[in-house]
Amino acid sequence: MARIGVFVCHCGENIGRTVDCARVADALREHPGVAHSVDYKYMCSDPGQALIKQAIAEKRLDGVVVAACSPHMHEKTFRRACAGADLNPFLCEMANVREHCSWIHEDRARATDKAIDLARTIVEKVKHNRPLQTIRIPVTRRALVIGGGIAGIQAALDIADGGAEVVLVEKEPSIGGHMSQLSETFPTLDCSQCILTPRMVEVYQHPRIKLMAYSEVDAVSGYIGNFTVKIRQKARAVDASTCNGCGACTKACIQRKIPSEFDERLGPRSAIYVPFPQAVPNTPVIDRANCAYFKAKAKGATKAACGKCAEACSRGAIDFDQQDSFVTEKVGAIVVATGFQLYRIGADQPQGLTGYGEYGYGTVPDVIDGLQFERLASASGPTGGKILRPSDGREPKRIVFLQCVGSRDPAKGMAYCSKICCMYVAKHTMLYRHKVHDGQATVFYMDIRAAGKGYDEFTRRAIEEDGARYVRGRVARLYRDGDVIKVHGFDTLSGEPLVLDADMVVLATAMRPQPGIEALAQKLSVSYDQHGFINEAHPKLRPVETNTAGVFVAGACQAPRDIPDSVAMASAAASKILGLFSQAELEREPTVARVDTGLCSGCFHCERVCPYGAVERREIRDRKGNLLKVVAEVNPGVCQGCGTCQATCPSKSVELDGFTDQQIWAEINALAL
Amino acid sequence: MRIGYYPGCSLHATARELDESLRAVASALDLELQELDDWSCCGATSGHATNHLLSLALPARNLALAEAQGHDRVLAPCAACYNRLATARHEIAADAALAARVARVLERPFANRVTVANLVEVLRELGPAITARAGRSLAGLKVACYYGCLLVRPAAVVGFDDPEQPTSMEDVVRAAGATPVAWQMRLECCGGAFSLARTASVVRLGRAILDDARRAGAEALVVACPMCHSNLDFRQSAMLERGEKPLPVLYLSELVGLALGIAPDTLGLQRHFVDARPLAARAAAEVH
Repeated sequence: MARIGVFVCHCGENIGRTVDCARVADALREHPGVAHSVDYKYMCSDPGQALIKQAIAEKRLDGVVVAACSPHMHEKTFRRACAGADLNPFLCEMANVREHCSWIHEDRARATDKAIDLARTIVEKVKHNRPLQTIRIPVTRRALVIGGGIAGIQAALDIADGGAEVVLVEKEPSIGGHMSQLSETFPTLDCSQCILTPRMVEVYQHPRIKLMAYSEVDAVSGYIGNFTVKIRQKARAVDASTCNGCGACTKACIQRKIPSEFDERLGPRSAIYVPFPQAVPNTPVIDRANCAYFKAKAKGATKAACGKCAEACSRGAIDFDQQDSFVTEKVGAIVVATGFQLYRIGADQPQGLTGYGEYGYGTVPDVIDGLQFERLASASGPTGGKILRPSDGREPKRIVFLQCVGSRDPAKGMAYCSKICCMYVAKHTMLYRHKVHDGQATVFYMDIRAAGKGYDEFTRRAIEEDGARYVRGRVARLYRDGDVIKVHGFDTLSGEPLVLDADMVVLATAMRPQPGIEALAQKLSVSYDQHGFINEAHPKLRPVETNTAGVFVAGACQAPRDIPDSVAMASAAASKILGLFSQAELEREPTVARVDTGLCSGCFHCERVCPYGAVERREIRDRKGNLLKVVAEVNPGVCQGCGTCQATCPSKSVELDGFTDQQIWAEINALAL
Repeated sequence: MRIGYYPGCSLHATARELDESLRAVASALDLELQELDDWSCCGATSGHATNHLLSLALPARNLALAEAQGHDRVLAPCAACYNRLATARHEIAADAALAARVARVLERPFANRVTVANLVEVLRELGPAITARAGRSLAGLKVACYYGCLLVRPAAVVGFDDPEQPTSMEDVVRAAGATPVAWQMRLECCGGAFSLARTASVVRLGRAILDDARRAGAEALVVACPMCHSNLDFRQSAMLERGEKPLPVLYLSELVGLALGIAPDTLGLQRHFVDARPLAARAAAEVH
């Protein structure tokens, strides 16, 4: 016969007001298998826990049921108390008579009856509980950071400075991300590259950071503390170990008019190129789609069509035969910091949206987006920092800025706010006025969202000191009329339609996650929202963790973020990882799925439904080594105990420890009796 | 193909040439138009400005007729009729309580099963057939497709084209062998029903439309709405204050008819205020 102790908590008034706790304790005392039953005002308090410990010792209890709040609140507390009295903690369970009962009912008599039923079901469950042991797994003290923008750079430096090794993977030829493209940053107007490039160099020189630029994550396996990552190093066609970054090859290249990605297609680059002068690493890469040699080779030419770069290279570093290579790295934790892209109207339309064709982006050359304006304003940009319009190189005297293009528009764009646009548009109007003193900036806005330290003061400065004209309202459409762009808008404060003549129009288009984020998220088994932003584990309390243990998130791949937010997230993720690495072994809850390999028929439905990739395949052989069958096996390090496999298994050969079918049946039976 | 045909009051009066050209084109393309028996007013303008239930019940009556007469789709060539019919269908489908009220008013069975099609939509579907039978008579003819404010809006109700960047009329014009020009005023308002009440406004709005079409190099305007046609054709003489060359205003069905080699008089071209026959003659000359 079981000897179970029942402890009914009043939770002050929270439970006691609606549930007669003494009556619950009395009723449970009569329940078969219950050896002890009491109620107490605050079971989670020290004296409350002492009651439990004392009863375990005195009444030789072999199971404990605490009828109190949600297990989310105090399961750990009570299990620890039981462990302190030498009872296996997994023989302790909670009956939730607060959230599931007292808080939601008014009738005291009926609520008390329900509380009794709830406590009885858990008593019946505990009769089938078995002692479980905490799972211990080793941890590799090495981290992978995916994405070399400011978030990835910050995370890598913080982790490496904390003493652990870091592998930093960046898909572009250089690290630096979008921040390297910016001219100045809000709200201080300090030069973006001046504050970023020292950090880039620090990454490059750090003894504990292995920088893999022009590389992408190909495959990920394993689990927290023990990930194996396969990384594809894309072929640069330049031998990084012999190249000294002199730049002779880029000068020799015959293709000179390829739209530069770094300059947002406003300036040219060569086919062999370094994205920008401060690139890290400073090793060129050949863009095979545009290189004369590779184009001719793809068409089947046997003779080399061009080789100017190889001729110009004094160190023989050009290697046309270089192929993509793969590297496998073992890491204990991963940071996803893949950043954002700006919504390019028409060029990459999110599914189901038709977009903003009426703004003429892509057809009217002087309608540009925010990042393009950054390049025009940047000293390293295609115009050397002069604000000149793309169509004819003239200085625009009237610029109209449109905020919320694609943001906050569930009908035609994305429902979310892109958060940074209010600030960078204010910055643009200031940069513009500082460079073109007689220029008039007009901003169409919905409302100004300038929440941040020094942010509101900054937007006020744009309006009051730098003369930006803010019009609250939307623009219906734009079109080119000879030399000017006609902007048809509406001023919702005065209630009047407006038609403005503009020389240039800047669209503050929405921030979206990088293309391919879904594929990467699937490799990492982390979830993402309908827009592709990576989901955090808890929106308030676990902002940099994901739902997969050991995988963290930082920066604008989680939601639209500005630089300070991205850096804060990156440092938070780094400190989480350093905390993880500070343990000798990781402890995991043993409530994980177990496969009865004798029963398993190897249908692998469980493998298909597992959201965490925890199901593995194991071959079963006889003594002679003949394959008998292949069965499923759950990796306890990866399993999160969700129970999906258990519910799916047609032969009932998967059990979730702590939530076995037998336990659930016992609970249901207790209610039915 | 067979389709229910709801001409509405315009096509029996001021827009007779739209009716005539549509019938001629339909017969050339083996589209059988079956005019609804006993059709009544769609409730445009005055109806929907007066009473919401009335504005739905009037078009619903016609949809109920189409249903009873065995149609699953009804063509309403007038943009205003189309808008009323499509709106009624949309609103009644979305609101069961409203549907019950409308059914009570109608006093006849109505399941709201009939879909509503627009002139442009139907001609776009017939695009391949038009291309197959069109000669090269319209080659080189530059036209400006004028949608007006109503034809593709509201998006939730209409849905056959983008409300800001439509392409359907251009598609039909290309299928007919003519060249659509790129211009800006495709979706601007022509003044709609204010032709009599506020003539000056209609003239001002129409002038901007004609000026832009002319600037873009158009030799004619193509429309799909009787109201637009009457404003831009009938009022055009008042819009030409600086001695500009008049721009013929063709219904989309007339343009397709010319492409198919149908005689201008059969298409009703002689009914226009701005003479469109020289254009037709040029087209005919191209063929020979």
